[in-house]
Amino acid sequence: MPTPLDFAASIQTMSSIELDQNSAQIRSMLLDTGNAILESWIVAHDERPTQDTHEGFRLLGLHRQAARNDPSFNACRESCRELIYQCNVAKIEENPENAARHLRLAASVLSHLALFIDGKLENARLGEFCCSARPIRSRDAAFELAYDTNHQQGDTS
Amino acid sequence: MSNKYRKVAYYPGCALEGGASSYNRSTKEVGKKLGLELVELENWNCCGAMEVKNADPKLQTFLSARNLKIAEDMGFDTVMSPCNGCYHNLKKAEYDLAHDEASRETVKKLAHRAKTEPYQAGKVETIHALDWIRDAIGTDELRKQVRNSLKGLKVANYYGCMYTRPRHIFPEKDQGGANSDSTYRPHFMDDLLAAAGAENVEYPLKTACCGGAHTLSDSDTSTRLVLNLLTTAEACGAEVIATECPTCHQGLEMHQARAEKVFGKKTKVKMLYFTQLLGMALGLSARQVGVHENLSDSRSLLKEKGLG
Repeated sequence: MPTPLDFAASIQTMSSIELDQNSAQIRSMLLDTGNAILESWIVAHDERPTQDTHEGFRLLGLHRQAARNDPSFNACRESCRELIYQCNVAKIEENPENAARHLRLAASVLSHLALFIDGKLENARLGEFCCSARPIRSRDAAFELAYDTNHQQGDTS
Repeated sequence: MSNKYRKVAYYPGCALEGGASSYNRSTKEVGKKLGLELVELENWNCCGAMEVKNADPKLQTFLSARNLKIAEDMGFDTVMSPCNGCYHNLKKAEYDLAHDEASRETVKKLAHRAKTEPYQAGKVETIHALDWIRDAIGTDELRKQVRNSLKGLKVANYYGCMYTRPRHIFPEKDQGGANSDSTYRPHFMDDLLAAAGAENVEYPLKTACCGGAHTLSDSDTSTRLVLNLLTTAEACGAEVIATECPTCHQGLEMHQARAEKVFGKKTKVKMLYFTQLLGMALGLSARQVGVHENLSDSRSLLKEKGLG
């Protein structure tokens, strides 16, 4: 499964020609990539990504799922909404230059979303500083305690 | 011009006494220029920031509540904080004390141990420097006081995350209309700088994360986030990113340099506190608003724009 950083790299290498097209396919690709980025966070937490939508978008449904019990995840809520906003404006924009500009902004927002979630995953592994890492640290601590207890009892399974 | 917020208690917080001294200087200078009075809290303490909050959220509530109590004891019903972290923490303490019995009990116990009276919710209102200038002066009056317009300066307004999040601790926001800021698309800084003549660009990352919390543990992540903020601002046509948070501002400056060194990505956009831009528009010199104290050297751009 590609990491958010992989997504960020591929978004950043998208040519302006692609974004200039303002096709339904490009808009859909941007939103689908946003979904995949959020899925990577959810899957990393051993959960199944929801298919539910919120306000008509699966991206917002996934964000709600990812932010459950993790208020600091709301730091990317506006990025998700902004991504949808820019894609929507591009869709109704009749001037091709303006539409392309909105798609480029959407790509920048998507890139930020990927970098933000990659950072949170990285921090979760480091287990320091970011408040979102706290539940993972607690889980790890519980695991280590259980391991130590079992180990002391001679259980090597 | 209203009488609201003309004289308020001032809580600068630790950052403004250190790396963000230019924000402190420019905030005070702008206030003076506009005839607004700031009275610094006596013997204030750390708001609890991120570190204390992560270790013990209730202790953070007490630390922020103590500052609110000092403001109350000094006879103020409003305290202004320019730092997003302090502003957020004081607002959070206010919310927790109004809604959570356990927080009230902890603050009571800690206040007793510190031999002080506990702060009671609802006595002091916390505002940001943006609220202060916008509500005390207003954009119409500000426009009249501009001596050196920011005309021709293209600005991306960057608010960071703590000015608007979490939404429930800012009940005055999202009320609709021009007088209530939005947590999705904040506009108070845009309004003030537009009144000062700046040309605001559409910036889709106004409240996106600057990576401040990652700076020490994972610098590469912070640098990548900042680089995206900078390149997006440049793609939007901005010459300057206006900031209102010392953590964001210093992060943008430091990681701009680091992005060039580590990733070989050079960006030219400059960073200035919104109070520095307002101060220069009001006729203060670049030195008076502490431009020379910023890490990002914007002096040649300001000179070119007739603002130096």
